[in-house]
Amino acid sequence: MNVTKQPKTLVLKGGTIVDPLTKKSYPGDVLIKDGKIAGVGEVMADKSATVIDCSGKIVTHGFCDIHVHFREPGREDKETLSTGSRAAIAGGFTCVCVMPNTTPPLDSPETIRYTVEKAENLPVYVHPIGAVTKGQKGKELTEMAAMKREGAVAFSDDGVPISDATVMRLALDYGKMVGAPVINHSEDVGLRNDGLMNEGAFSTKLGLPGNPDIAESTMVNRDIEIAKIAGSNLHIPHTSTQKSVEHIRRMKKQNIHITAEVTPHHLYFTDADLVTYDTNLKVAPPVRSADDKKALIAGLKDGTIDCIATDHAPHTIEDKEKTFDLAPFGMIGLESCFGAVNKVLVKESGWDVESLISAMTVNPRRIMGFETDLFSIGTKAEITVLDTTIEWRFTEEDIYSRSKNSPYVGRTLVGKPQLTLSKGMMAEIG
Amino acid sequence: MTPSKIKLFMDATAISRSVTRLSHEILEQNHGAEDIVLVGIQTRGEPLAERIKALVDEYAKTNIPIGSVDITFHRDDFRERLVVPQVKGTNLPESIDDKTVVLVDDVLYTGRTIRAAIEVLLSFGRPSKIQLAVLVDRGHREMPIKADFVGKNIPTHEGQHVNVLLEEIDKKDAVELRIYDEEASC
Amino acid sequence: MLKQRHLLGLEGYPAEDIQTIIDTAFGFREVLDRPIKKVPSLQGKTIVNLFYENSTRTRISFELAQKRLSADTVNFSASTSSLKKGESFKDTAQNIEAMKIDAIVMRHPSPGASLHMTKHVDAIVINAGDGTHEHPTQAILDMMSIQEKFGKIKGLKIGIIGDISHSRVALSNIHGLIAMGAEVTLCGPPTLIPPNIEELGVNVSYNVDEVLDWADAVNVLRIQMERMGIGLFPSIREYRNLFGITTERLQNHEKEIVIMHPGPMNRGTEIDSSVADSKNAIILDQVLNGVASRMAILYLLLGGKQLEV
Repeated sequence: MNVTKQPKTLVLKGGTIVDPLTKKSYPGDVLIKDGKIAGVGEVMADKSATVIDCSGKIVTHGFCDIHVHFREPGREDKETLSTGSRAAIAGGFTCVCVMPNTTPPLDSPETIRYTVEKAENLPVYVHPIGAVTKGQKGKELTEMAAMKREGAVAFSDDGVPISDATVMRLALDYGKMVGAPVINHSEDVGLRNDGLMNEGAFSTKLGLPGNPDIAESTMVNRDIEIAKIAGSNLHIPHTSTQKSVEHIRRMKKQNIHITAEVTPHHLYFTDADLVTYDTNLKVAPPVRSADDKKALIAGLKDGTIDCIATDHAPHTIEDKEKTFDLAPFGMIGLESCFGAVNKVLVKESGWDVESLISAMTVNPRRIMGFETDLFSIGTKAEITVLDTTIEWRFTEEDIYSRSKNSPYVGRTLVGKPQLTLSKGMMAEIG
Repeated sequence: MTPSKIKLFMDATAISRSVTRLSHEILEQNHGAEDIVLVGIQTRGEPLAERIKALVDEYAKTNIPIGSVDITFHRDDFRERLVVPQVKGTNLPESIDDKTVVLVDDVLYTGRTIRAAIEVLLSFGRPSKIQLAVLVDRGHREMPIKADFVGKNIPTHEGQHVNVLLEEIDKKDAVELRIYDEEASC
Repeated sequence: MLKQRHLLGLEGYPAEDIQTIIDTAFGFREVLDRPIKKVPSLQGKTIVNLFYENSTRTRISFELAQKRLSADTVNFSASTSSLKKGESFKDTAQNIEAMKIDAIVMRHPSPGASLHMTKHVDAIVINAGDGTHEHPTQAILDMMSIQEKFGKIKGLKIGIIGDISHSRVALSNIHGLIAMGAEVTLCGPPTLIPPNIEELGVNVSYNVDEVLDWADAVNVLRIQMERMGIGLFPSIREYRNLFGITTERLQNHEKEIVIMHPGPMNRGTEIDSSVADSKNAIILDQVLNGVASRMAILYLLLGGKQLEV
């Protein structure tokens, strides 16, 4: 990958423009001047312009991932804001929201400010998500309003479920005033017990303690019932079970404002893939059954699930080389994201690529209240150029994250970002 | 690989004659049947030992103990063999301590089988003497082992195969020399 | 000689190879009856017994099997505290590899640990228990004991009674017995029966008397007292009333049932002393067969060249 400053005048020529806002696609060029959109469709460029041939490619909005872990501050050996940004841009992302489970956690206006300042000069937009409770302890609310002012875009104790329903209710009530979504890692700690993988025939065969699907779905149901009373924005992260999808679908039919995301790995893998005890597939919530995977795909297609988010969670080789029970939960996912979801959703499940792109661009930006019309003239260019048909083997060479904990290594993915334009920078991914 | 030539060395009559002679020699050299234990080496040593026992019992009006040894776990060549071992089991009389054990086998070749069989015997007790009776000695020893009683000496080349067939196992009695023509088998 | 290079578990293990191991093990039973119980089959081979968890019985059984085959053995016991650090696993593996060991017999509290080991070493790995996953050599010795008693395995009805959820013995037995054509019924409190276990082809019952009526043999598993503390069963008294293999309970059944137990027994809890010592119990045969079957496994895995499959 080659990251350079964008040329003063740039033409992305001859590609198919996909506008995820209207889900329309048409042949055309994109003109960028001084890092800003200067024309989409038929454009007039002077002779000095740098022209990049995009024929056969899709030109669209830069991806937005509202769920990543960049480990800074505290575990810079796993990832930093800077290395994480390189992983993002290599995956076609121009905007990410970082979770607050750092050391210390992002639970104060000061730590939010620190993250915003630290990320200012990085090539992608990095927005911090603040903790819901102080120290992520699930007890006292943080200074959400002040944190919002410093740049927090949402609130979550991600990784740690908010077990106390009263605290969740207070957070949703307070969040309504602050005007930011509250995201809860939905998992009933009691039902999860010591679960290391999805509970079912495979956990039984592998002798691994199971984490039942109801550990997630009962808390999803609890949260959406609370959100209904509170009338505030609840966002459900990494939806993994059929039962959760059904709860969300039912509630959305009542026009309750909730949103939901799904990770690439819950769409790509099932618990059957754990027969090798690959610790890179040890994630929270766990990859589920084939039926759950089917329900998640259906949920995305009918809009029950709004967007795709990677839950990019870097861990060192040393951590992941431990035996399955001792290895930490989480996998990285930015670099492999489009190739994985495009393969499962478009190639294997027949979804249209325009809808997939919406689920990675407009939909997540809307959840976070970001600008969604990235093709309007004068907007700072956030653009991704995609090859949607290329079949390629994902290797460690494709990883820019500081950690290499990816179960996709060695697997064939379909579709790959070719070029990412973001914050005046240009990444040629190759 | 099929042999290019099979040469019959002994027929049923010749085998019967050899077994008779072996029985007599065993009795003669040991001055009777006292303290003799016959032990056949699996697989074809076992029926041969039984035939000898029948004759010895008849000549000496006695009932000598008989047994068999399985040398599978004592082989020194099993690491080169690619087949699952067929364990038939060792079955020895109550005690072989202070007895004259006559090991019986069909063919004496490298001597490695006999070495292994001696080792098995020694893990059961301490015979006063171990002797060896074979139907055929084809030469090419790889160990300092010599038979006390030999039915027939058959000079062979390496690569040839002496095949002993016995009624009890193979439905007929015969000793064949199988010659493999190297050029033909290429 | 066997199709798989390692013995990690019986899930998907070929039935004909299980039979080969059992047949060979009967050959070694005869060796164990000799005055001198030693054969030179594995002379010059070095085997390390890598035990991350205490298991005196399994380790002694393996060690005896190795010594009777004339192999050189080294015992390595890692403490649980060093295990918790986690990183020692790969180091240990690489150290073993550097010392030119031919085979590793491994007991580890983590499911999948023996498979994990095969990724770090070239040596043959034999799983002597990986957490709540599998314990294949125990299942093979159990099946050998069943074959010894009944002359066959196919078509027999076998009950496995007790804590199935936390039992590697149960899981390996299920895979092995089903592969060998036996019928298996599991019996225990629902809290100790793992989810979706029926998908492995077994029946589940909560009524031990029904299972005793049905079965030709029952394998009684050890009940661990610490499971009581976390509410998986309420009390020893209740467990014993519902699932204990007691003299009175067996007296109510006309049919003679063969009683097995992988040990160590909690006499008076899951099984009565008088039952464990009765003529229908083959528990001590299991112990002897344990040595013979482990000899067979080591012999077949280390003895010959590998068949190309």
